[in-house]
Amino acid sequence: MHPKTRGKLVLTVVGWLAAGLIFFPIFWMVLTSFKTEVEAVATPPKLFFTPTLENYITVRERADYVHFALNSMIISVGATLLATLIAVPAAYAMAFFPGKRTKDLLLWMLSTKMMPAVGVLIPIYLLFRDTGAIDTRWGLIVVYTLMNLPIVVWMLYTFFKEVPKDILEAGRMDGAKPKQEVWMLLLPLSLPGIASTALLSIILCWNEAFWSLNLTTSEAAPLTTFIASFSAPEGLFWAKLSAASTIAIAPILVFGWMSQRQLVRGLTFGAVK
Amino acid sequence: MSTIVLKSIQKNYGAVQVIKGVDLSIDDREFCVFVGPSGCGKSTLLRMIAGLEEITAGDLIIDGQRINDVPPSERGLAMVFQSYALYPHMSVADNMGFSLRLAGVSKEERRAKVAEAARILHLDKLLDRKPKELSGGQRQRVAIGRAIVRKPRVFLFDEPLSNLDASLRVQMRIELARLHDELAATMIYVTHDQIEAMTMADKIVVLQSGIVEQAGTPLELYHHPRNLFVAGFIGSPRMNFLPAKVTAASDGATTIALANGANLSIPVRAGRQRAGDAVTLGVRPEHMRLAGEGELVGEVMVVERLGGETFLYTQLTDGTMLIVQADGEIPTSVHERITIKLDPAACHLFDSGGLAIERMERHPLANLRRLPTRKAS
Repeated sequence: MHPKTRGKLVLTVVGWLAAGLIFFPIFWMVLTSFKTEVEAVATPPKLFFTPTLENYITVRERADYVHFALNSMIISVGATLLATLIAVPAAYAMAFFPGKRTKDLLLWMLSTKMMPAVGVLIPIYLLFRDTGAIDTRWGLIVVYTLMNLPIVVWMLYTFFKEVPKDILEAGRMDGAKPKQEVWMLLLPLSLPGIASTALLSIILCWNEAFWSLNLTTSEAAPLTTFIASFSAPEGLFWAKLSAASTIAIAPILVFGWMSQRQLVRGLTFGAVK
Repeated sequence: MSTIVLKSIQKNYGAVQVIKGVDLSIDDREFCVFVGPSGCGKSTLLRMIAGLEEITAGDLIIDGQRINDVPPSERGLAMVFQSYALYPHMSVADNMGFSLRLAGVSKEERRAKVAEAARILHLDKLLDRKPKELSGGQRQRVAIGRAIVRKPRVFLFDEPLSNLDASLRVQMRIELARLHDELAATMIYVTHDQIEAMTMADKIVVLQSGIVEQAGTPLELYHHPRNLFVAGFIGSPRMNFLPAKVTAASDGATTIALANGANLSIPVRAGRQRAGDAVTLGVRPEHMRLAGEGELVGEVMVVERLGGETFLYTQLTDGTMLIVQADGEIPTSVHERITIKLDPAACHLFDSGGLAIERMERHPLANLRRLPTRKAS
């Protein structure tokens, strides 16, 4: 075999293995959701069984899925819109009018993501309690906005950097004020980048569990809380938990799958110039 | 339509000074070309006039108004970029009408003005295309069209032809000159190409390291360069420089001795030069003549035949290289020995500091402008 072909083959196999490894838990979860509770915990695990919809029926009876899903949607989209609204002017200023400390500022913003969230749980909880933000959608929107802001700014900054400076300067010479420059030139030109940034932000919000579990109870609870409500202390009711998880991640999975082209571009930003 | 005055304009980037005090005035409807080697600050100076770079010190005055702090969008100038900088998401018509749209001009009026500019630039049939569907030359026209549509006070061009191929460049050069005549507008044009500068300018400003070395008409710079730098920069192929010594200086002529002992009396004004001073003799290749006897003798090392003329790269006996322009029909071949006769009236003399010693006679065409008479507005 030609060494180049062999290399390609090895790479393909490794790729499939990695993909399988990442996909397996999801596959197993979906499979478990169609088993009875007894089959779900059987050793050795059963691959062939008679599927049942019993778990889904129970889950539907015990909790209002639509209520949680709607919360997830409103909070994810709301936080993403708010973060983008704040990040666009920030990234514009950093990309086209950099100061001496712009790079440091960007790095510092990103470094805040390295702090464990639990470190600020108490102060944020107290703030939420005193402002009446506990178990409200807007409260969670604010937290998610702040949580994703560094990544959104960073990504938009990178995308804006790819827009030729000349074009914006030409706009300025044509009489464009900063607002018009951003709205009529920069945004249309970096639309694919903004789309992938927004997608990533929505996914991160959808999957966030720490803050939603700690700051909501019922009214504003998103799907992550919905899943958690099915987890039992001793690992009982595996099948029902799996069913709840499956319908919780289904929308974002479909959404992510449909927009994977934008996502890939977003996640590999800066990698290929 | 507009006059521009620069008063000791300076630009610093941190501790580095890139524009070191430029004084300049550009007349109404003048075609002014900034020329110089790369890094001389010519583009920076243009961008400062445009408002895209801040002015560290000095005054920028357009039509009597100081506009240092006026944002570019309010200066009323139009700029054509080297990269064209067209808006990729807009059609040609939208590109050209963008400034009018920002100014709140009605759709009808916009269409009429864009159509008028498109007619001047032969873009009529391309108005619905996107920039990526155009050739380089067409993009260039759209960029110029975008500038024309606004009827700006001043047109600024930042090396607009450097991305075009040679034949298109010549064509656009002619078209720009025609456009300047037709629009009767003040234009500032940046280039590193001295041929573009010579052919299009009313006034050339030669810059080096952030300093104006000389400003004047093309033929003034050609016939009366102020120093060695300008003498070497203007003219192609470049001027030959030979070391010499003053043997006698009087009012009306300075006699010099070349390294090979030949004597020459150059008609320049009496300056500070005294017998014994070291000077540099400057002679352009086109002002040298092959003759039976002359001041210089050398061996031809390379022969470049362009058809109409021939360049002889000649090594003098002391090793100095010289470029001599000769007739296209000359049969001279490599390694032949030639004798060169110099015309003292066409020679330049520079003192030890590199400054030109003023010539006795001013060249009759030195004040000639490119366009002798102007339309009244």
